[in-house]
Amino acid sequence: MAASSKMLMQGNEAMARGLIEGGCVVAASYPGTPASELLTAVDAWRTAEDLDMHVEWAVNEKVAFEIAYAACQSGLRAATIMKQVGLNVALDPMMSAAYLGVIGGFVIISADDPGPHSSQTEQDSRLTAMLAKIPVLDPSNPEEARMLAGLAFEISEEFQVPVMLRPTTRVCHACQDVALLPVARLGRRAEFRKDPRRWAATPGFRYELHVQLIDKLARLAAHPPTAPRRLNPHVVSRTAVIASGVAAAHAREALAGLDLWNAPAFFQVIQPYPLHKAFIEEINSVYSDVLVLEETSGVIEMQLGNRNLVRGKISGFVPEAGELLPETIGRLLSEFAGQQPAEIPAAEPGSRRRPTLCPGCPHRASFYAVKKAAPAGIYTSDIGCYTLGINLGAVDTVLCMGASIGQACGFYHAHRITGVERDIIATIGDSTFFHAGVPPLIDAVTQGARFVLLILDNTTTAMTGNQPTPAQGTAAGKPVRIEDLVLGCGAGFCRTADPLEMPSFTALLKEALVWSRANGVAVVIAKSPCLVDRSVKHLRRAQVMVETAKCTGCQACTKQFECPALIYDHGTGKVHVDVMTCTGCAVCLDVCPVRAITSGGGA
Amino acid sequence: MTSQQLIISGVGGQGILFVTRILAEAAIVRGLPVLTSETHGMAQRGGIVISHFKVGDFSSPLVCPGRADGLISLKHETVALHRHFLKPDGWTVANGPPGSLSGISALMDADQLALGLGNPQSVNLIMLGRVLAIPGLLFCTADEVEEAIRIKLSAKPAALEGAFAAFRTGLQHH
Ligand code: SF4
Ligand code: SF4
Repeated sequence: MAASSKMLMQGNEAMARGLIEGGCVVAASYPGTPASELLTAVDAWRTAEDLDMHVEWAVNEKVAFEIAYAACQSGLRAATIMKQVGLNVALDPMMSAAYLGVIGGFVIISADDPGPHSSQTEQDSRLTAMLAKIPVLDPSNPEEARMLAGLAFEISEEFQVPVMLRPTTRVCHACQDVALLPVARLGRRAEFRKDPRRWAATPGFRYELHVQLIDKLARLAAHPPTAPRRLNPHVVSRTAVIASGVAAAHAREALAGLDLWNAPAFFQVIQPYPLHKAFIEEINSVYSDVLVLEETSGVIEMQLGNRNLVRGKISGFVPEAGELLPETIGRLLSEFAGQQPAEIPAAEPGSRRRPTLCPGCPHRASFYAVKKAAPAGIYTSDIGCYTLGINLGAVDTVLCMGASIGQACGFYHAHRITGVERDIIATIGDSTFFHAGVPPLIDAVTQGARFVLLILDNTTTAMTGNQPTPAQGTAAGKPVRIEDLVLGCGAGFCRTADPLEMPSFTALLKEALVWSRANGVAVVIAKSPCLVDRSVKHLRRAQVMVETAKCTGCQACTKQFECPALIYDHGTGKVHVDVMTCTGCAVCLDVCPVRAITSGGGA
Repeated sequence: MTSQQLIISGVGGQGILFVTRILAEAAIVRGLPVLTSETHGMAQRGGIVISHFKVGDFSSPLVCPGRADGLISLKHETVALHRHFLKPDGWTVANGPPGSLSGISALMDADQLALGLGNPQSVNLIMLGRVLAIPGLLFCTADEVEEAIRIKLSAKPAALEGAFAAFRTGLQHH
C-alpha cells in the first residue's frame, strides 16, 4: 500500500488506519452503529498491509474489552471498539483497568450518537471516561480521527493508562480524502510479566493505584501534544469560543460564514478530559465571555468551573438534547456575538417514511405468527432490525441488549404473584441472544418463569451490516449452536422451524405456548436467512401478483402484515405489488383472507 | 477553488451511499478536498436516507439548510422533505413518474428504466447520469464519474458493466 497518496475514507476506515499506523496488533469489537464499520476496516488494512494481527468480532463488548486489555498487559498495542451503549456493557472491566493501567498502548474507541440516529440514548462517552478517570480524545473529522488514534497509543504507553477515542456519528460516517502514513511495525513479542500486586490487586493496593491514577491525570492535564489548539491565533479578544469534536468543524465554517473569524478567540479542545490546567487558568483570567460548543454533555464546561463566565449546556444556552447541527451552531454563534440570527429555512411538514423490515424479511413472518398465536400476549423484544416489529404491533418493550428475556421473566413473576394469567412471548435476535441472552435464560429456567422465547435466527448481525455471529465459527475455532446453548441452560422445550412456512410455524408457536403455561420457558428458534446478507446464496423467487378482481381492499396485508412491497391504492381501493421491491417470499399468500395474492409473476 | 454542496436523498436500499461515494471519488480524481456525511443503521431499513456532499474548502460534513447548490432525489417524495436545504437558485433532479413533481430541473422515471435494464438496483446510477446530462450542474464531468466508477468496481467486472450501462442510460436520456 503506497504511503502518502490521498484516499476517500469513511471516518471509521480512517480510525482503523490510524490504529494500524500506530502499531495495533490486537483489535476486538462488537458491532453497533455508528462504530460498526471500524473493525471490518481494521481487518481490511491488516490484509492490505499483510500484518500478523488478531482481529475479532467478540461475543459482546465486555469480552472484547477483556481480550484487547490482556494483549496490552502482555506489552502489545491493542484496541477495543464499540458504540456508546456498548461501553455500558464494558464498563465493569474499564473501571478496573483504569486503576491497573497498561503496558502496551491500549485504545478504547467508543462512538457516540447524538441525535440519536440509531441508539437507545444520547449518552456522552466522555462522561463515562471521566467516571472511570481515563483520558479521552475528541476528533472533529476523519483525518483528525486517524491522527488521534495514533496519538492515543503514544499517550497510553507514556502514561500507562487506557485512552479513549470518542468519535460521534458525524465523524464515523463522514467521508474525507485522507493521506496514508506508513504502518508502525513494532515487532514486539507478547510477554506477560507476573505482578499479582498490580494485576490482581486487593483493595489495599487499589487505593495506591487510585492515587497513582490521579497523578497520571494531573500530568496528562499538562501534556503539550493534546493541549487545546488556538485556531485563530492572530485574534486578540475578551470573548472566546471553545469547541470540540464535530462541533468544532461546524463552528469553524460558521464563524467564517458569519464574518466572526476575526472576533472571538477560537479554541479547539482535543482532550476534553482531563482538561488542561493551564488552559482553564487562561480562560478564567483572560476572557470575560465564553461559549462552549460540545456534544453531548457539558464535559468541558463543567471543568472550566466558572458559571458566571461560561455559556454552554449546563448554563442552558446550548440545547442539552439532540445533535448540534451546523445551523444550530450558526444561530448560537450569532447570538453569542450579539448579531441577529439569520432565518433558517425549515423542512416542510410532511409524511416521514418510517423505517420498516425489508420486504420478504423472515422477521415479519415471525411477528405475524406471534400476533396470531397470542393475540393478548405481552411481547417483549430487543435490539436489532426486529425492533421494527413495532410497526406490526408485535413489539411492546425494548430496553437494552438481552432485556427481552429478563423482562419476560419479570412480567411473568409480577403477574403470577398477583394472580393474573398472561401469555408472554419474548423475541430476540441470534446475535443479541449470544451477546446478553444466556444469563437471563438461565434465570428463567432456575426460577421457573413461564413464557415463550422466540429466537429470530438469521445467522448474522443484520442491523449493523451483517457481521458474523458465534454460530458461524471462525477458521481457528468452531461454531456454537444456539440449540446447544438453550438445552445447556436447561430449557425443556426447544424446536426450530422456518417462519416463512407461516401456517406450520404459527401452529408450533401455539404448541410452545401451551407447553410453557404448564412447564416453564419454551424456546422456538425461527431459522431463515437475512435477505441482505451477501454471505448466503439467495434463491431468486418469482414475485407475487394480486388478483385485482378478488382483492376486497381489506388491507390486512398492508396494515396487519405491513410488507412495504404491498401498496394500497386509495383510488382503486385495491392492493398491488411493487415490482421494484417484492422478493417473492410468498408469505403474504397466507396472510390474505380471500387468497387474492398468488405466486407466479415475473421472475 | 471549485466548491459545491449537494444533498442526495431517497429511501434505504436505493444505493444512496454508493452514488455519494462515486461523486466523492470523482472529486479526488480532480484533486479536490471532499467531505460527505452518510446515513447508516436503522434508517437504512426503508426509511429516509440522506447524504450530504461538499467539495471544496469546507470543514463541516453537513450542509446547512438554504446552502445546497443541488438536490438529487432518488424517490420523488424526498423532494418535499429536503428542498429546504437548497439555496434560492438551487436545482433539483428527481426520480418519479411523469407528473409527480413540477417546477424542477429534471424529472425522470428511473424505476421504469431500471426495470427495463433488468436491474432494479440501478436507479442510483441512472439518476447520476441524468444529472450529468444537464451541462454545468455538477462540479465534475461524466468522464470523471466513469473513472470513479471504474476505481470503485475494478474488482467486479460484471457489476462494472451493469453500472456503466445504468449511468449511460441516464446520461443519454433527455
Ligand atoms: S436486513 Fe435482514 S434482518 Fe434486517 S430487516 Fe432486512 S431482511 Fe430482515
Ligand atoms: S411475496 Fe408478498 S410478502 Fe413477500 S416481499 Fe413480495 S409482497 Fe412482500
